[in-house]
Amino acid sequence: MGIENHLDNTVHVTNLEWFVNWARKSSMWPLGFGLACCALEMIAAFVSRYDLSRFGMEVARPSPRHADLMIVSGTASKKMLPAVLRIYEQMAEPKWVIAMGACACSGGIYKNYAVVQGIDKYLPVDVYVPGCPPRPEALLDGILQLHAKVMKEQSIKNPQFHGIKVVGK
Amino acid sequence: MNPEMVKEKLASRFGDESISVQTILDQVVVNVPGQLIVPICEFVRDDPDLKFDFLSFVGAVDRMPESPRFELIYQLYSTSSSERLRIKTRAIENESGEASIDSVYGVWASSNWHERETAEMFGIVFENHPDPRKLLLPDEWNAHPLRKDFPIMGTEQDTPDLSK
Repeated sequence: MGIENHLDNTVHVTNLEWFVNWARKSSMWPLGFGLACCALEMIAAFVSRYDLSRFGMEVARPSPRHADLMIVSGTASKKMLPAVLRIYEQMAEPKWVIAMGACACSGGIYKNYAVVQGIDKYLPVDVYVPGCPPRPEALLDGILQLHAKVMKEQSIKNPQFHGIKVVGK
Repeated sequence: MNPEMVKEKLASRFGDESISVQTILDQVVVNVPGQLIVPICEFVRDDPDLKFDFLSFVGAVDRMPESPRFELIYQLYSTSSSERLRIKTRAIENESGEASIDSVYGVWASSNWHERETAEMFGIVFENHPDPRKLLLPDEWNAHPLRKDFPIMGTEQDTPDLSK
């Protein structure tokens, strides 16, 4: 086809936006932190049985400055919330959030005074993974959903600038 | 453990009227007046036949609407005889309804954090506690969540989200 044939298929032509999105979704680095029991399922997703590295995601970063995906894995208590928001704000753009488990999605069974009733009151959540806790397969599916979402972002034409989007309150 | 022996020892030392000893599900429970909590704890720790040298737990129960309202529970263990003992008492309430009890930190230092948690959860003051800060709840909250009249979802004023 066109220029590719002309150069004996030594080059590949695509559009820049697709390429940028592909690069972003293919080496997404999650932040290595866990809040509650969901974190154990997240750890299981990282190790050999489920092998998150198939999706270019095996490097869980301990520093928020190296990470671009926050997996809120578990119950966010009101006392923990300032720390969660702070590490989210320290992450570099572009960044994404997965709410993992019933507690991160809605507060779950903890409908009480001590637990944040859904992390989406404070963080812009991209993908919700329900379950209590969700199995590693469910988290992998949520991550693939996020990859699909990233591939549809208008990263060049209309760069989505999340800013420090603390919604609600 | 023989509850009669415990009863006899406590009665001979502190008088008969105010102290009762029961056996509930094979566990010996001693009911004592709140004013005597520290001397009684010292006694059961130091007496050579009892030697309850380990405090497992301190907690409270809100007995609303009874008065006095708060029941305190001390779970003891003896590392020499492997026996257990439970001491129950009531916090002392003043005219304005504030409940207080003497801290047993001087008897068993392990009561420190248990008393701090009990204090914040029920609003009981532990007199002479060496470090009367909150343990689990945020400092700026003014709430005692394990009280019976506490609304389960808290309130916007007393238990706000700490996003700032």
